[in-house]
Amino acid sequence: MDRTETFYRKLSLIRRFETHLLEQFSWGKLSGTTHTCIGQEANAVGLTAHMTGDDVVFSNHRCHGHYLALTDDVAGLLAELMGREQGVCHGWGGSQHLHRDGFYSNGIQGGIVANAVGAALAEKTKNSGAVTTVFLGDGTLGEGIVYEAMNLAALWALPVLFVIEHNGYAQSTPTAMQLAGEVAARPRAFGIETHCLASNDTDAVYAAATPLFDGLRSDGKPRCFVSFTYRLGPHSKGDDTRDPAEIEAKRADDPVLSYRRKLPEDVATRIDAANQQRLVEIVARLEQSAPAGSQHP
Amino acid sequence: MTARLMVHQINAALNELMAEDERIYVIGEDVLDPYGGAFKVTKGLSTRFPQRVLTTPISEAVIVGAATGMALRGLRPVCEIMFGDFLGLAFDQILNHATKYPLMYAQNVPCPITIRTPMGGRRGYGPTHSQSLEKYFVGIPGLEVTALHRFQPVQPFYRRALLDGDGPSLIIENKMMYGQTPLAHLKDGYDDFQLRRHGRDVVEAELSLTGFAHEDLTLITYGGMSDLCLSAAKQALIDFEISANVIILGNLSPLPLDVLTAACERTGRVLVVEEGTRAWGVGSEIVAQLTPRLWSRLKAAPARVACEAPVLPNSQALENEFLPSVADILQQMRALVTA
Ligand SMILES: Cc1ncc(C[n+]2csc(CCOP(=O)(O)OP(=O)(O)O)c2C)c(N)n1
Ligand SMILES: [Mg+2]
Repeated sequence: MDRTETFYRKLSLIRRFETHLLEQFSWGKLSGTTHTCIGQEANAVGLTAHMTGDDVVFSNHRCHGHYLALTDDVAGLLAELMGREQGVCHGWGGSQHLHRDGFYSNGIQGGIVANAVGAALAEKTKNSGAVTTVFLGDGTLGEGIVYEAMNLAALWALPVLFVIEHNGYAQSTPTAMQLAGEVAARPRAFGIETHCLASNDTDAVYAAATPLFDGLRSDGKPRCFVSFTYRLGPHSKGDDTRDPAEIEAKRADDPVLSYRRKLPEDVATRIDAANQQRLVEIVARLEQSAPAGSQHP
Repeated sequence: MTARLMVHQINAALNELMAEDERIYVIGEDVLDPYGGAFKVTKGLSTRFPQRVLTTPISEAVIVGAATGMALRGLRPVCEIMFGDFLGLAFDQILNHATKYPLMYAQNVPCPITIRTPMGGRRGYGPTHSQSLEKYFVGIPGLEVTALHRFQPVQPFYRRALLDGDGPSLIIENKMMYGQTPLAHLKDGYDDFQLRRHGRDVVEAELSLTGFAHEDLTLITYGGMSDLCLSAAKQALIDFEISANVIILGNLSPLPLDVLTAACERTGRVLVVEEGTRAWGVGSEIVAQLTPRLWSRLKAAPARVACEAPVLPNSQALENEFLPSVADILQQMRALVTA
């Protein structure tokens, strides 16, 4: 499969997965909460495409796309959200607390940035060549520990990629009400090479990240990638207070639909159908599966 | 450096363990030579292990946060938090990160991070550098909390946290204790006391003036109140013919309940003595956990001695007035036996 097809397969899979979740929540078939990445899939797919088996990822509350793009573990994640024993964390972690191999997510904003810096230090001492990537949102730039962590990463020249997914909102709060100054000026103040991109095109994300990963793998110094993107879905489930006209206008730049146009219609249709069938089969299988046991942890 | 004082023994233990295992990193503020840490615990380490002793900015949250990431990826970091009072800045990293990773993924993810920090007053450091804050940490699930004491063999104590365990651990080092002589070499007696140790690597010391028999009450303490409890026990016997056994805890969380129960069963009277503030204290939980186990044998309601001042004054005279004293302990002991 060529890269365009691979990217589209992942984009469409994540979108279908997230849409399925929102449906299930609205029908009352899933409980708890979730934060879907609808509209931000390009970052997940474009960035994880640079990662190798040794690399480490720390992600936040909005982690499904990152997790799926990296691991392709649809069944493990869905089972986790359904509270099944086969869930990747046996039903204990849920939507925001996932771990598999080098992937860790945590629902507390900001703290993972420090953990990522420490992980990068460990990988550096092991000479593993691994790059540690940490995903954070623009709202999380309000947490002080982010700056402690950036300072340390720069000071100790650690191979961390800070990915700031700037979608213009922190829950209900627009950026203008919570952030002074420039986003990119923050990492740059620590001497961290920072690249900004205002594009929802996965190829553009992939291309923009190429020099960042190349640089990280050659000199081991931290880099920052600021992605100006937009969340097309609600913050979590039904909690959207934004102007519907604003959201509607942003749909023209839907990263999944736009990317689909890069493929011949029959190829795209085939990929969509395969993803749909895969999801349907997993859902059917999991609906029969046992609920999570209480023997963990 | 000869291991003359407790601080030297801690230093020697870190030295030995770092030489033995390359996964151990020391990370904290001002830990490099020639300074060697605010209390000199890390002196010499950076000269001997320059790659593995990391001095940091004044960033307690990221000290613990980075150490947590290091631990998740196979290292065994030891954080030094310069004063225990500064642990508040790292609280979220302890509560929602270091202790959560091993638990919340239901995969037994190892996170072997050790945090060492000095606590306690009587050095005139004032309100924000003298507190005993362990009570805010002993209730965190998944965090092992221990307190070093002079009867404790030092090297095994640190070995257990740094090398044997797979989860996060918090070590409380009392500030006054750094400058005292170790008593780990003593086998079965100290001063006029007979001495027993309970446990393997982290031990509880039990001391008695009457051969572990015929005691009227049990004093339970740890850290900076240990010496005061021993003085009080002696004075109580001489002046009031009250005999007490004294338990000096090494394990704060989880509590060594069997050891405590056995010691208190003999007496039926329990007095818990701590230097931190009273409400919602370490003593509250010890009493709560022990009471049901001792219920039928209790001769009086378990009592507590703790710091009554809401803030510790700077002046030495005032500090002495407001920190729990031998007289405070004696008064409670007398009240318990006459109750
Ligand atoms: C420490 C902390 N404070 C508050 C929250 C609640 N919360 C969850 S997501 C969120 C908004 C985060 O905004 P941003 O970082 O921009 O990420 P986005 O949701 O836009 O992807 C908030 C306030 C939290 N999870 N953790
Ligand atoms: Mg945001």
